[in-house]
Amino acid sequence: MSKRRPPATAVEPTPESTAALLRELVAHLRRNRTQLREEWARRITESRLLTAMTREEIFAEATSVYDNYVEVLETGSVEALQAYARNLSERIIPRGVETHEVLGIVLLLRDVLARSLFKKYQDNFALLNAVLDAYEPAANRIANTVAVGFVQERERIIRQQQEAIRELSTPVLQVRDRLLILPIIGVIDPQRARQLTEQLLRGIRSNRAKVVVVDITGVPSVDATVANHLVQTVDASRLMGANVIVTGLSSEIAQTLVTIGVDLGKINAVGDLQGGIEEAERLLGYKVLMVGESPVSVPERGK
Amino acid sequence: MRVPILKQRDYLIASIQSALSDEDLLQLRDDLVEQTGRYRSRGAIVDVTVLDVIDSFAVRTLRAVAHMISLRGAETVIVGIQPEVAFAMVQLGLTLEDVATALDLEEGLAFLDRRIGGAAKHA
Repeated sequence: MSKRRPPATAVEPTPESTAALLRELVAHLRRNRTQLREEWARRITESRLLTAMTREEIFAEATSVYDNYVEVLETGSVEALQAYARNLSERIIPRGVETHEVLGIVLLLRDVLARSLFKKYQDNFALLNAVLDAYEPAANRIANTVAVGFVQERERIIRQQQEAIRELSTPVLQVRDRLLILPIIGVIDPQRARQLTEQLLRGIRSNRAKVVVVDITGVPSVDATVANHLVQTVDASRLMGANVIVTGLSSEIAQTLVTIGVDLGKINAVGDLQGGIEEAERLLGYKVLMVGESPVSVPERGK
Repeated sequence: MRVPILKQRDYLIASIQSALSDEDLLQLRDDLVEQTGRYRSRGAIVDVTVLDVIDSFAVRTLRAVAHMISLRGAETVIVGIQPEVAFAMVQLGLTLEDVATALDLEEGLAFLDRRIGGAAKHA
């Protein structure tokens, strides 16, 4: 795509002539604003980009981008465009607009404008070359700025969400003297697994726990890494003098663990959380006694 | 630095005070095993609270201590492994299998009381 400057042209591009050409270019783009904008919006719809947005929205955004684009060509300063790109990304990312779409529309605009230049200067090849020399670097810079702005915004959102997940992460709860439970919900990645273990070990020390029930009912799947981490957690807890009971292993997870051959000999597994807590109480020497008959029905008590 | 070993009723308590060289560890092993016989101890506690690194040599030595002491008819319990140390150890695969561990000295004593007191009662 990129056009090398031909060795000999009638118009030698000097900084002044480049500036003059850009001025002329901007004037041309301003003059044909309506028509070029429509052409661009049409091409966007044609290429099935920005399908998450309505035609009117596309046209409105296209107008803003077009004006920003021309302004950057005129002033050479991308700051306003950067701010706009950030703002645009903030608005469209939640609606599911993908990176390739954003990049696609900017490249489309670049092509639409280039076509109009070809048409305008088709009689004067040397001048066309000079105009493209002035136009292309600026246009590429714009495409670059918008794409980078979009990707940065996405990354910012991802970071924010990771932070949120980490904060929602797992509590270590004491349910009896010396008995902790650690209910794990959601996907465990290596980083989270590590964090969980650290939290648990600190919890063991600060609560002087003897038994820990790790409940993984809420964990959708377990791979070899996570399984090994589970084993490590059990071992590390034992080094600190605490027994670990793992509960809530679903049949799928049990199958996976056996298939991938994780050494589970050391893991004390109990079916569900209730069973785990009962087993823990047994280990700690608790005995739960039911005192008297339980009320026949709860509503009666409320009368 | 030689690790002080305190005799407390039927138990020996080796309270590590600073980072140990390999020689110190071997010395500790020999002292503990020897004193187990001399004092007719029923149990030994090794307190590693101050250690912020427990490497493979230390783990091997601690296991050796436990096995030797059990051959001399007593129980061993390692106490005071810190969370970070515990995690680092399992990542290196040093899990101190078949050696009893407890949270701290108090827990270690309670553990030995349970194990040895229980055995005495049943005997």
